[in-house]
Amino acid sequence: MENLLTYMTFIPLAGAAIVLVLPNNAKLIRWVSAAATVPPLLMAIWLFGNFDRNQAGFQFVEKYEWIPAFNISYYMGVDGLSISMVLLTALLCFLCIFASFGIDKAVKGYFALFLMLDAGMMGVFCALDFFLFFIFWEVMLLPMYFLIGIWGGPRREYAAIKFFLYTFFGSAFMLISILALYFSTEPHTFDMTVMMAQASKFGTEVLPIWPFNQLGWGFQHAVWMALFIGFAIKIPAFPFHTWLPDAHVEAPTAVSVILAGVLLKMGTYGILRINFPMLPEATADLTFWCLGALGVWNIIYGALCAMAQTDLKKLVAYSSVSHMGYVMLGMASFTTQGINGAVLQMFNHGTITGMLFLLVGVIYDRAHHREIDGFGGLAAIMPVYTGVTALAFFASMGLPGLSGFISEILVLLGTWQKYPILTILGASGVILTAGYLLWTIQRVYLGPPNEKYLKLPEISGREMFTLVPLGAIVIIVGVYPNVVLALLRASLDQLNQIVIPHL
Amino acid sequence: MDSPIQTDFIRWIVFLPLLGAIINGLLGAKIQKSIGKGAIGLIACTPVVVAFGLSLYAFFMLTGLEPERRFLIDNLYRWIDLGSLKVDMAFLVDPLSAVMILIVTGIGGLIHIYATGYMHDDNAFWRFFAYLNLFTAAMLTLVLGDSLLLLFVGWEGVGLCSYALIGFWYTDHANARAGNKAFIVNRVGDFGFVLGMFLLFWSLDAQGHGSLTIRDMVKFAPAIKEMMIWGMPVVTLATLFLFIGATGKSAQIPLFVWLPDAMAGPTPVSALIHAATMVTAGVYMTARMNVFFSMAPDTLNVIAVIGVATALVAATIALTQYDIKKVLAYSTVSQLGYMFIGVGVGGYAAAVFHLMTHAFFKACLFLGAGSVIHAMHHEQDMRKMGGLRQYMPVTFMTFFVSVLAIAGFPPFAGFFSKDEILWLAASSQHWGIWVFAICGAGLTAFYMFRQLFMTFYGRFRGDHHLQEHLHESPQAMSMPLVVLAIGAVLAGFIGLPAVLGGSQFAHWLEPVIHGHEEGHGSHALEWGLMALSVGVASLGAFIAYLMYRRESLSPAIFANLAGGLFYRLFDRKWYVDEIYQFLFVNGTLLLAKVLSAFDTYVIDGIVNGAASVTRFVSWLNGLFDNYIIDGIVNAVANFTFWAGNKFRRVQTGNINSYLYGILIAVAALIIVKIRYWG
Amino acid sequence: MSPNELSSYLIIGAILFALGLFTVLTRRNAISVLMGVELILNSANINYVAFSHFGSGNTDGQVYAIFVIMLAAAEAAVGLAIVLAIFQLFHTIDVEAAQTLKD
Repeated sequence: MENLLTYMTFIPLAGAAIVLVLPNNAKLIRWVSAAATVPPLLMAIWLFGNFDRNQAGFQFVEKYEWIPAFNISYYMGVDGLSISMVLLTALLCFLCIFASFGIDKAVKGYFALFLMLDAGMMGVFCALDFFLFFIFWEVMLLPMYFLIGIWGGPRREYAAIKFFLYTFFGSAFMLISILALYFSTEPHTFDMTVMMAQASKFGTEVLPIWPFNQLGWGFQHAVWMALFIGFAIKIPAFPFHTWLPDAHVEAPTAVSVILAGVLLKMGTYGILRINFPMLPEATADLTFWCLGALGVWNIIYGALCAMAQTDLKKLVAYSSVSHMGYVMLGMASFTTQGINGAVLQMFNHGTITGMLFLLVGVIYDRAHHREIDGFGGLAAIMPVYTGVTALAFFASMGLPGLSGFISEILVLLGTWQKYPILTILGASGVILTAGYLLWTIQRVYLGPPNEKYLKLPEISGREMFTLVPLGAIVIIVGVYPNVVLALLRASLDQLNQIVIPHL
Repeated sequence: MDSPIQTDFIRWIVFLPLLGAIINGLLGAKIQKSIGKGAIGLIACTPVVVAFGLSLYAFFMLTGLEPERRFLIDNLYRWIDLGSLKVDMAFLVDPLSAVMILIVTGIGGLIHIYATGYMHDDNAFWRFFAYLNLFTAAMLTLVLGDSLLLLFVGWEGVGLCSYALIGFWYTDHANARAGNKAFIVNRVGDFGFVLGMFLLFWSLDAQGHGSLTIRDMVKFAPAIKEMMIWGMPVVTLATLFLFIGATGKSAQIPLFVWLPDAMAGPTPVSALIHAATMVTAGVYMTARMNVFFSMAPDTLNVIAVIGVATALVAATIALTQYDIKKVLAYSTVSQLGYMFIGVGVGGYAAAVFHLMTHAFFKACLFLGAGSVIHAMHHEQDMRKMGGLRQYMPVTFMTFFVSVLAIAGFPPFAGFFSKDEILWLAASSQHWGIWVFAICGAGLTAFYMFRQLFMTFYGRFRGDHHLQEHLHESPQAMSMPLVVLAIGAVLAGFIGLPAVLGGSQFAHWLEPVIHGHEEGHGSHALEWGLMALSVGVASLGAFIAYLMYRRESLSPAIFANLAGGLFYRLFDRKWYVDEIYQFLFVNGTLLLAKVLSAFDTYVIDGIVNGAASVTRFVSWLNGLFDNYIIDGIVNAVANFTFWAGNKFRRVQTGNINSYLYGILIAVAALIIVKIRYWG
Repeated sequence: MSPNELSSYLIIGAILFALGLFTVLTRRNAISVLMGVELILNSANINYVAFSHFGSGNTDGQVYAIFVIMLAAAEAAVGLAIVLAIFQLFHTIDVEAAQTLKD
């Protein structure tokens, strides 16, 4: 199908435009928005069926000249790395529209911004021209700022501006790197595939300026680091992660789900798409500390911080930090199991943490607070809800039979070959994760039912509708992981091969 | 070994209980309300019984084959395929797993039936059976798993079900906490297990045979014999890691602390999971990987030492317990220790043999205790019992038989299996281990008979009202007891010691357990040691008889030894729980709080600080702009104003001064004209 | 410095000019100022006559002097009329009083 990716990206944008001119009828707006996300979802399913799993290169490519003076083209395409993200985005955007049905103020603005965000996210994953990539990246920021800042919790302005400025700060570094790479290609171009092909041109001789000469860094290393800072903020990697707890806690439920489910993947996606193939020597030199050791620290630090939280949403936010640590660790391993596990973990984290935030949203909508110690015995009051929550929590813990296990075990297995010590440290995360998650289940769902909440209504049909697809995916991928792994394998193995010679 | 025989029925042994779990889990509440608990019970018990039938069928299929060819496989699909990691979703029946599935489905089936009686008054009946079926499916996955990864899936799965069932009555936080403890301590073990798995995989891979399929791993094991890592042999480190996993699952030192707390769950759970099946997973796993363990004598020594230490420590704690289930829990830990002694001295078959006999008599003991608890309206303190044999004869008889079995009296099952282990310890010159093990056996006999006497003999010491209602348990509960007791009597005969003809059991396991030890030593020594173990057991039983039946010997004599030090140590469970709580639980929570505070105040403080610095700089900038830049502009204006003010003085309105001005100007012009422009 | 030299008449003219200027500048009485102006004009007359006698020999200077005397008279008339007007406005003929042009 021609121009599939363009349609997937811009139909939500068209939807946003339509929503803006609709009359102020909340119901109409909601359903129109839902309708706007259905075509991308259907196209995603079609894409899933027609993606050639044996080909490592880019498929469904569209390339048009845009600004010839600077060699900027409109260049979209997917490969094994991005297809899982595209599928995840399409699904989560669809489900989150339904999760947003509870919004009742300024409904039009909310859904318009949300659809704009959709378009931005899809574009980032499909873009193969660096300029286009950057545009879509920035397009994501602004709707998020407003979504958090207007429809969020009590400290929303603080959280929104913190999120925006922090990410923007990273984008500044990214812009410098983009320009650096632009000027290093021959002829100057923003085309990512050309940059990948000309990777050998990006010099590695030590730069004579301080601090680069002290560190022994060349041009490649400097650019890699600049890009890494920009992406590390998004992952979020310690110590650039503190925007995340605030953003998650203050954001409305559906925005949290998108933030955790999709936006957090942009960081690691960027590193895999840009840093690895374009700057392989720097990758070989820098990943042990920047991805491996830092990833392990993310795992342990995130888990321990989660353990100390009293706000349920903040706990899930820190657990996200912890889970992304596994992705970072897998990326540093350069084995086929490690890197495939890492990208699978990206996908799984999107579904599992998406579920977790939706579930927190269910209880917040009813009790209007998220204090873990303020609940108790919810299993007796809302048994179905507890059952689904238990599924999500155990998936997060990496219980075999569910998807989280596959990705975590692949990451750890893959990393052992290169860095056994890091693996041992990273594996200790499973103990800590089980610790805080079970403790949370016990405080919130087990024990005698809390008097205040005896009359709490059970989970509704709409809420179940948003959770069931994710739950099903979690179980299916756990039992038959090839559903996702087959998509990834060819491209990721090729990616590994680009870097391995330099190790 | 040739390739195994393809079948397609083995999957149903796992899937039937799984199906039962799904039906009861999703629809159980509705079924219970509309049709009733009988339907639930049927949905739950039938799959297990049918699975038992299939297991028997598989077993008989095996007997019809030559020993080297006794491998049946059911390969469903390729589960993971990445690089050299190719793992199938496949189930394997071989002599070892055949024994295990018979135990799990057979004893499991009996316990399912028992539970329909025991849990009859519970409203969450359907949920209980959903979990119980799920557990059975997971345990079967564990023992049938063709690869280490699938084994691990079952391994964690039983951990999950154990958590769910221990905390079954979740409205009481204490139960939930016990469940948490079980899962988390197990996770520590799992951490070790996966590391061992990785090490083995990559070591084999380095030799070109990377695989997690157990048959392949076993086949190519010799390839990694010489490999080293961090100054020690790979096999030693890997097996140590695997053993850590086993200590978690099988409640050995240092990870045994969850098992006694697990008694918070319903008694059928204690019987099934914490006696007969889940806790034996560690022993099963070491038996399965025996080739690797045999290559690592250092690890085997560690295992033997830990096994005997656990056996002894747990036995000492059991001496002081008054809760009928706690005695049995510590007894289980102790007996598991014996199984690991068996492993440690190279007697894998003996360990599995003891696993099997223990399953019979321990399940019988637990179910009997359950029967007692049921009759006593959930009173579990033995001090409030007594004389129950008049009221519950079937329970009493089966309990008595099982006590004889566990204490190691011939010809009951426990004697043969325990003795095999003791003999192997002695004959392989592990005399230190043997001595401690024998002491443990004596203690075992003592505390088991203590329990028997306190519960079933003497006067009833409980509430009178209760006494009037004491009665035997219903058929659903007492029938399994009888079957298990029969097993406790007869099961031993398949493992006769060398002097009496040799172990059929060990012979059966030969294709899987290579090089089984028969033990070398003279027959006289073997008879002598057997007699010694029986004598020690008799001594223990006799002392218990004097203390608790005849009451002519006071327990206080021993309790007050060394100023009560020993008693306190045993009664407080060697303070292990307290130590762990302080070191690990409180330590981790403290670390968590510290790091969280660090995150909020230091890291975020830096971020917010950066924002504050920026705001401050911009404020300074604003000041600069307002007062300096703008100040200059304003100063120019002010100066102009001031100068104008000054110049205004010229306008005096006074004619004289104007004239003065004219005069001066004219004079100046003239002078200038004359001087300069001449 | 004899009466036959031009310079003596010029000096007298200068002295008269200075005196007249001084009077104009310093006197407060308006009439006095007018008298000073007369002195200045007459000093110019002396200059004219002296230069006409000692310089060109014809009588041009003397004619100018008569013009000046006539103009002085007219100017004095006008000036006195202005003084009268000032007196009617300020009730004094002190020049210091007429400061309405002061800023």
